[in-house]
Amino acid sequence: MIRSEILKEIAPIIRDHLVVCNIGLPSQELHMIDDQPTNFYMLGTMGLSSSIGFGLALAQSKSVISIDGDGSVLTNLGTLPTIANNATGNFTLLIIDNGSYGSTGDQPTYAGKKTSLTAVARACGCDTVIEVQDKDLGPVLQAAIDSDEMTIIVCKCDSGNIKLPVITMDPVVIKHRFMEAVKA
Amino acid sequence: MNIDKKITDDLVANDVSFVTTVPCKQLAGVIEEIDQRSEIFHIPSNKEDEGMGLCAGAFMGGKRSAIIMQNTAIGVTINTLATLTQFYRMPLPMIISYRGELREPVACQVEMAVHTKALLAQMHIPTYHFHWQDDVREFDNILKYTFMCNKPVAILTDANFWGGYGDQ
Ligand SMILES: Cc1ncc(C[n+]2csc(CCOP(=O)(O)OP(=O)(O)O)c2C)c(N)n1
Ligand SMILES: [Mg+2]
Repeated sequence: MIRSEILKEIAPIIRDHLVVCNIGLPSQELHMIDDQPTNFYMLGTMGLSSSIGFGLALAQSKSVISIDGDGSVLTNLGTLPTIANNATGNFTLLIIDNGSYGSTGDQPTYAGKKTSLTAVARACGCDTVIEVQDKDLGPVLQAAIDSDEMTIIVCKCDSGNIKLPVITMDPVVIKHRFMEAVKA
Repeated sequence: MNIDKKITDDLVANDVSFVTTVPCKQLAGVIEEIDQRSEIFHIPSNKEDEGMGLCAGAFMGGKRSAIIMQNTAIGVTINTLATLTQFYRMPLPMIISYRGELREPVACQVEMAVHTKALLAQMHIPTYHFHWQDDVREFDNILKYTFMCNKPVAILTDANFWGGYGDQ
């Protein structure tokens, strides 16, 4: 499965939760598949999906899912020790690991080669790290959201993209709508 | 006046309850003070752009946040300041140790010091410079200003402000 197929499959699972979505195609795809006020779309700032989602999870009690990419986690590897050492049960980090920088044309990342983000996350001190194949993600994600344990999911999948438009919503509107949903 | 305590008191009085830090020798005292205060959740970050991401999330979660870092981190965070903090219009007080200024013992620090104010000006970031201990009296007003205008705001604090480096 490719990322857009995964997002289609998990959309009903994440719909009612706070979601921080990675820059580029992941946000464009989620926006097209199931736009929700509870979605925070990153329009830039590669690497910070996990940090933004984690800050949000620490600041309030609702469940938060950060949808991240392998390339973006590699660029902000320092995030994993921070998350591990300040764990909060309402946070789930979903790394869609397609082994490539998908949004920029599927250039390979080291996560698709010798580097295991699952092993990295464990070595950083994350207690619950689950590596899962794309087709098995749904139940694993649902269980992670339902549990009181902070969970890092590394979802292995194929690289590949669909054609779709950029998000034209103004960033301040995205933020405002999201903050209202957080408070609701 | 204990400036570490004054800075922390003002943060608490302005309802800042989420602070991330990357240390600098000059900031050791204020970081220790913040760590001890129950009103503030202190989360050290590994890199300052990561810290700004944490602050953005905490802000959207309803907590006022701040970052404490060294001026060298301006070189690390330009993209995050532009595409996250400024693009989405989020407030962020940045308490910055201004290394490489008068009474600096380490030559390399001067290399970023000479760019610091120019970079902040280029980013249109409101910037204040504390050189004398008395300058800290403005801190409360700066925090109120930051949360009024929803912008990142820089408070540069140099070695003279922190009392120099002793005999180094
Ligand atoms: C600092 C910076 N460098 C490069 C880019 C270009 N860029 C945008 S998205 C992206 C790929 C992200 O890859 P990954 O996190 O694996 O997500 P995927 O698209 O594969 O789902 C890159 C390199 C950027 N936005 N910012
Ligand atoms: Mg990828």
